Amino acid sequence: MTQGIYKVIKNEKLTETVYRMVLEGDTSALTAPGQFVNLTVEGCYLRRPISVFDWDDTTVTIIYKVVGEGTEKMSEWKDGSKADVLVGLGNGFDVAKSGDKPLLIGGGVGIPPLYGLCKRLVAEGKKPTVILGFNKADEIFCKEDFLAAGAETIITTVDGSVGIKGFVTDAMKNLDYTYFYTCGPMPMFRAIEKTAQGGGEYSFEERMGCGFGACMGCSCKTKYGNKRICKDGPVLQREEIIW
Amino acid sequence: MVNTKVDLCGIELDNPVIPASGTFGFGYEFAELYDINCLGTFSFKGTTLESRFGNPTPRIAECTSGMINSVGLQNPGVHGVIEHELPELKKVFGKKVMANVGGFTVDEYIECCTLLDKVDLIGWFEINISCPNVHAGGVNFGTDAKNAADVISAVRKVVSKPVIAKLTPNVTDITEIAVACEEAGADAISLINTLLGMRIDLKTRKPVIANKMGGFSGPAIMPVALRAVYQVYDKVKVPVIGMGGVSSAKDVIEMMLAGATAVEVGAANLVNPFACRDIINDLPATMEKYNISNLSEIIGGAH
Repeated sequence: MTQGIYKVIKNEKLTETVYRMVLEGDTSALTAPGQFVNLTVEGCYLRRPISVFDWDDTTVTIIYKVVGEGTEKMSEWKDGSKADVLVGLGNGFDVAKSGDKPLLIGGGVGIPPLYGLCKRLVAEGKKPTVILGFNKADEIFCKEDFLAAGAETIITTVDGSVGIKGFVTDAMKNLDYTYFYTCGPMPMFRAIEKTAQGGGEYSFEERMGCGFGACMGCSCKTKYGNKRICKDGPVLQREEIIW
Repeated sequence: MVNTKVDLCGIELDNPVIPASGTFGFGYEFAELYDINCLGTFSFKGTTLESRFGNPTPRIAECTSGMINSVGLQNPGVHGVIEHELPELKKVFGKKVMANVGGFTVDEYIECCTLLDKVDLIGWFEINISCPNVHAGGVNFGTDAKNAADVISAVRKVVSKPVIAKLTPNVTDITEIAVACEEAGADAISLINTLLGMRIDLKTRKPVIANKMGGFSGPAIMPVALRAVYQVYDKVKVPVIGMGGVSSAKDVIEMMLAGATAVEVGAANLVNPFACRDIINDLPATMEKYNISNLSEIIGGAH
């Protein structure tokens, strides 16, 4: 983990509530897709944890949904403004476990961390299939990014306005995959747990105090003992999760 | 050249800055971020006889200039602390550490402290009789002068190291509890633990915290903490450790002027993991700015 002052070089609206922000600064602490950053927002006491969409040597890109006061203020940040950010938090996904044909399943604002994963899997010669679940057409984001990364990309919408009508699990049924990675809301996780075959990883969300393992605010019980979502997670292995 | 040293119950601290229990784990994870030997000492994660998971999540809520936590004394239990946590800490910390101990019965405090008293790394006991997040059988030792005194005198009898009583502000008169603890043998008093508070989510119309209420901390509570330290300093002869919202070198000096010999920093560590290091680095210049050459000389200076 590193702390630094980062420069906002882009902060653009993707949908009515979802934004993409590119921050410039030290990214050396990012070691795996699925990690997150923790941003200070003026007027808010606690930082805001946001998962990493992608990163390179000098920039880190995050995609976030406006859900409250903090993210609303973030959405108003102008290009060139500065932000105090902790970078490289959490464990991230284990790319090495993917097998040749991994399945990536994202629901809503759980989708962004899967992009960095997808890119790295493709770079290693794997053939990922991606299922992106949304409620309706105008909430869709990131589809082009996954297509450009070279992944077979399936869209599901609850209202059937685009792609397969229904939930991500409706798209999973006839797929053949070696391993799965998922991030999204709990009801989606429960449905995936019933549907999915073989090994996989789930990236969890929890209300955090510090984001780096100090406060024990985001603890959960697993088959391998108590874990902190922020430090020992957010990614947990399928076999250790207590549902 | 300014002097930041203070004496806490016969042990000299390089400076009065002490990360508060529950905001610094067992130290070694912060040692990955900076050399924690710059600290005066730190108070480790509240330890109980048995391991505890703590309360259900969500355990955290945000407030204006502060936060609420309802962790509920999650810890690996005293045996786990002695066998795993303290050996890890010893690799990175060359000073005496403060052992923060919680309990549900007097016997539990006695057993836990007896085991920890044998650990050389430990310099002091900070007896937590003030956690707002656990209520075993309705007992809250820190809100009743006699119960508080019973715990402190029982621990005082079985340990060789200084005993610090950590008090709750959630009482009518904190000085009454402080005096009872001093009379029971406390070598110092630390205050304040968190204030009982809550938040309600307007969308769900339910409390944000799973346990409904939790401990409110952060800069918003500093005036309350400062007042309590000021009051207690007037009533006891033993050293007072001040805490509650301290986030800067100026806050440390303010707390010391109120009567604190040493100052604990809590919530600030969770927002800025380098908070204590930064405060310690800022202390000399801040002292010079306010014409302080020897920090220990300002203790209680506002009285």
